[in-house]
Amino acid sequence: MDGAATEPMLCLAGGQIGRLMPLSLWLGPDGRIRAIGPTLRKLGAGIRQGADFDSVFERLRPALGPLATAAGQRVDLVLRGDRQTLFRGQALDMGPQGTLIDLSFGLHAAQAVRDHGLTISDFAPTDLTVELLFLTEVKDAVMAELAAVNARLQEARSRAEAHALTDALTGLGNRRGLCDELGRSAAAAAAGGEGFALAVIDLDLFKQVNDTLGHAAGDAVLIRVAAALREQTRTGDFVARVGGDEFVLVLRGLTDRRAIVRLCRRIIAAIEQPMTFEGQAARVSCSIGVSLSSRYDHPEAPLMMADADAVLYASKRAGRGRVTIHDPDDPPRDARRAARRKAPSKGEKPGSP
Amino acid sequence: MQRLINRSIQHFLTQTYGAGLWALVAADAGLGEEGFETSMVAANCKTDTVIDAAARRLGRDRLALLEDLGIHLATLEPVRRLLRFGGASFEDFILSLDELPERVRMAVTDAYFPTIETGQHGPGQYLVHVRGDMAECPAIFAGALRAMADDYGALVLIGAPDSGALRIEVLVDQFTPGRRFDLALPGAA
Repeated sequence: MDGAATEPMLCLAGGQIGRLMPLSLWLGPDGRIRAIGPTLRKLGAGIRQGADFDSVFERLRPALGPLATAAGQRVDLVLRGDRQTLFRGQALDMGPQGTLIDLSFGLHAAQAVRDHGLTISDFAPTDLTVELLFLTEVKDAVMAELAAVNARLQEARSRAEAHALTDALTGLGNRRGLCDELGRSAAAAAAGGEGFALAVIDLDLFKQVNDTLGHAAGDAVLIRVAAALREQTRTGDFVARVGGDEFVLVLRGLTDRRAIVRLCRRIIAAIEQPMTFEGQAARVSCSIGVSLSSRYDHPEAPLMMADADAVLYASKRAGRGRVTIHDPDDPPRDARRAARRKAPSKGEKPGSP
Repeated sequence: MQRLINRSIQHFLTQTYGAGLWALVAADAGLGEEGFETSMVAANCKTDTVIDAAARRLGRDRLALLEDLGIHLATLEPVRRLLRFGGASFEDFILSLDELPERVRMAVTDAYFPTIETGQHGPGQYLVHVRGDMAECPAIFAGALRAMADDYGALVLIGAPDSGALRIEVLVDQFTPGRRFDLALPGAA
């Protein structure tokens, strides 16, 4: 080591090395431990003066060749007596003076700190282990907060979406919600999936209630009708209020004509139940028009809606308080259909996207 | 930062004195029921008003209330832990306060935080300058330092803020063992 002989030499006591580098080891040329940094000493596991290095530590890297070099090289070690404790460090070959190894816990710091109850004082000010632990902790806290904020945002968004698709007075779906639902059902049926029935319900005598008993009474009637519709339909069915006194049902999986007629008659009976508002009698009835997806080669929302409307009008013409099912073999006359078309809100056709 | 202070005030008053008092204070200050939780824009000009209203309702001095807020914040476990990372002893912690804005920015990149300058003027004698846009910060800091002194187990005297400067005298650095602080929590990476 000629180069080393001409350099100025520093003389350090074993204890001094440890003060500067608490996780260090000084090995003699015989491979036995001569000095141990105070933090390393705390770990126990057979780390003591005189112990043979290779019986205390297992080398993970370098796998081959000498542990230390004159230029210093990276080493990765694990304690034989505690295989959860890993180190990364640098090993310096000092020739006749032996080997100096400076270690740190690397990315496994949290584990080591926890296992051995280490504190801030156990680390040199130059060792950023403590900062690493701080950063990890703070990162976890920020991520948790972000997740919570995200969850609240998602919830708010769902509520806003539901709000946009809901009729405020009755809590049923609104026209927008119906468009979405009907579009989905028609597409599914057209693709060969489940069929459905589309029922358009118009209240009869509703205008009279409003005119004679006032709008509060009218609202009460609508709320009661909504309740009746909910009661008579199943969980998977979609119920919407799409106009002043107009309601639409999307009845999934319902393709049997007789079953539908029975259901509609139950609905009519329920709606015709007498009710009172502030002591005054309020009676309404309804007319229903139904179109069935199974009657179409290619079910489409606007067409089914128009056809249901047409037979709704037929129900009204035939005396109200009844249901008519659209029959493609016997469609109503076009003239009636045109006359039946009320001016929908915002010029939208019912059922059109 | 303003929003954090506002929400902290609301949280502090609600936790310490109950929702009833907060409702009164919010009404006095002209804040909506949800307080600082939801409204953002209007809230920023209300901080002073809220503090004044709370001080009046509680019959306490404004500065004393802000210090109490500081104590409350420093005793919230996540905040207390992050502050404890600053040093092994209370004196080490005081000397590390210069780095506190840096630490905060490690957590939240563009967070605003007042500048802190610490000077040592003798054994155990420190002067901590808190410089920032918010007039409430020095008083809140004084409270937080009081809480941390307890946490570390140090016996200290902390003077009232004087133009943003806090005079600290550490009488005994380790008067009691202080609260336990684990460098790594179970379950951490």
